[in-house]
Amino acid sequence: MIRFIDVHKSYRVEGKDVPALEPFSLEIADGEVFGIIGHSGAGKSTLVRLINLLERPTGGRILVGDTDITALSDAPLRAARQRIGMIFQHFNLLASQTVVENVAFPLRLAGDKDTKAIRARADELLQHVGLSVHANKYPSQLSGGQKQRVGIARALANHPSILLCDEATSALDPQTTASVLDLLAQINRELKLTIVLITHEMDVVRRVCDRVAVLDTGRIVEHGAVADVFLHPKHPTTRRFVNEALPEEAAGERLPYEHVPGRIMRLSFRGEATWSPTLGRVTRETGVDFNILAGRIDRIKDLPYGQLTLAMQGANVDAALRALREAGIEVEELAR
Amino acid sequence: MITAHLPLLQTLFPNIDDWGELGQACVDTLLMLGASLLLTVLIGLPLGVLLFLTGKGQLHAMPKLYGALSLVVNVLRSIPFIILMIVLMPLTYVLVGTKLGIRGAIPPLVIGAAPFFARLVETALREVEQGVIEASQAMGASTWQIVRYVLLPEARASLWAGVTVTAIALVSYTAMGGAIGAGGLGDLAYRYGYLSYKSDYMVVTVLLLIALVQILQMAGDRIVAHYSRR
Repeated sequence: MIRFIDVHKSYRVEGKDVPALEPFSLEIADGEVFGIIGHSGAGKSTLVRLINLLERPTGGRILVGDTDITALSDAPLRAARQRIGMIFQHFNLLASQTVVENVAFPLRLAGDKDTKAIRARADELLQHVGLSVHANKYPSQLSGGQKQRVGIARALANHPSILLCDEATSALDPQTTASVLDLLAQINRELKLTIVLITHEMDVVRRVCDRVAVLDTGRIVEHGAVADVFLHPKHPTTRRFVNEALPEEAAGERLPYEHVPGRIMRLSFRGEATWSPTLGRVTRETGVDFNILAGRIDRIKDLPYGQLTLAMQGANVDAALRALREAGIEVEELAR
Repeated sequence: MITAHLPLLQTLFPNIDDWGELGQACVDTLLMLGASLLLTVLIGLPLGVLLFLTGKGQLHAMPKLYGALSLVVNVLRSIPFIILMIVLMPLTYVLVGTKLGIRGAIPPLVIGAAPFFARLVETALREVEQGVIEASQAMGASTWQIVRYVLLPEARASLWAGVTVTAIALVSYTAMGGAIGAGGLGDLAYRYGYLSYKSDYMVVTVLLLIALVQILQMAGDRIVAHYSRR
């Protein structure tokens, strides 16, 4: 468990305190993938760096497990950092060292002297990320996706309990992003590792995160289960992020349905409800007519979901809505 | 090697009376260069690392210490070497027991070149990606480990380029030192070539110095190329 208790952070710039993160408290549970989304400058890089104290908070406490890491002196802090892996947008590999030496580096830093054991562990990690054949190449000879895999292998070397991802896929193309995210999800499943991931892409959050916090100019404006935040965004910033992932509604607040007759309803299906023909049954039974204006069926991590925007017409619309709600479908009426 | 070609050399440069003396001067120059370069690196490298670490925004930013070190380095670098050598004579005498010869030349050579090399080290280390340093910190590296396993290896190519530039600067310093009793090729060029109007000495020493600088530059370039990984 990672707990932020009344944490805030400000920087001193030319004698003035400039707040980077306003006071907040937050808990990240063991084994979950926690996303922090925000635009650049929102403070997400600062927030993730508080966890391994690359950035020291101006006030408040940060508990990693049972340890208040803000209270640690130099040596225990370094030991604690060895149990917190981190990967970066620009990979930050040692250019002068080969792939296998990069992966072995944290083991050497941890004081392991047994070169055979180090090599065996590095080989095992490289196999895990599918890079065994590139062990003796230099980072400059690898593609972006391969470099990030080296970064991941390196971050896992000391059996960390937490993995921090700083915009880990932002420098990668969509396909490579997908494969790196799959690898992260796999690591999370297999190693029961807590992952804290910062990104500016809602799609990254949708694919791998269990919970998400939305950061806007130093404030956490919304947080919760990804499905809740994704399907029912409340804060304008969240809506903008969600709409980026739902391009058909990218128009934002104002819906382009002014000339459509009927009541505009948004239906959200989650889990098994996504696969059952409820809408068909209800409209048939109530004699309500509908027209699909927008829709999407996809997954939020492993949870199938659907979201339909409908124009509903007929005498029994209210009865239909009740029946839909009873069937476990979330219904909201959209203002035009 | 020189003896094998003596007849040819004697025809080319008839005014050089003692080829053995010239050979000895070569050896002296190389000894001064080798010893002073070694000591320059031994002193300049840690000094450069210290300058880097205490610099603004770095791992151990200490503005006052950095300012003081920086001032000392700048002062030593702004004194022309020939003057520095004279100014340092009393100190040289205390350090090595003589103001003359190879031994007498080494303290001023090192004191002149080490600040120069330290600046080159500082610049080389600044070129190491900040992200790589941050990643090492995140892995729990101590400052010493970051210096030893990250900064120095990552900056290897630039550091060797710095050693090359410093070695070449030292060649010219040793030649200047010759004028005030340090021995070596500069001494011959000055005494015979300049004071005694034996221009053959001047030509030969200049050719030898050019060859030496060429060899140093080529060797340096090869090492730099070997360590470049970008």
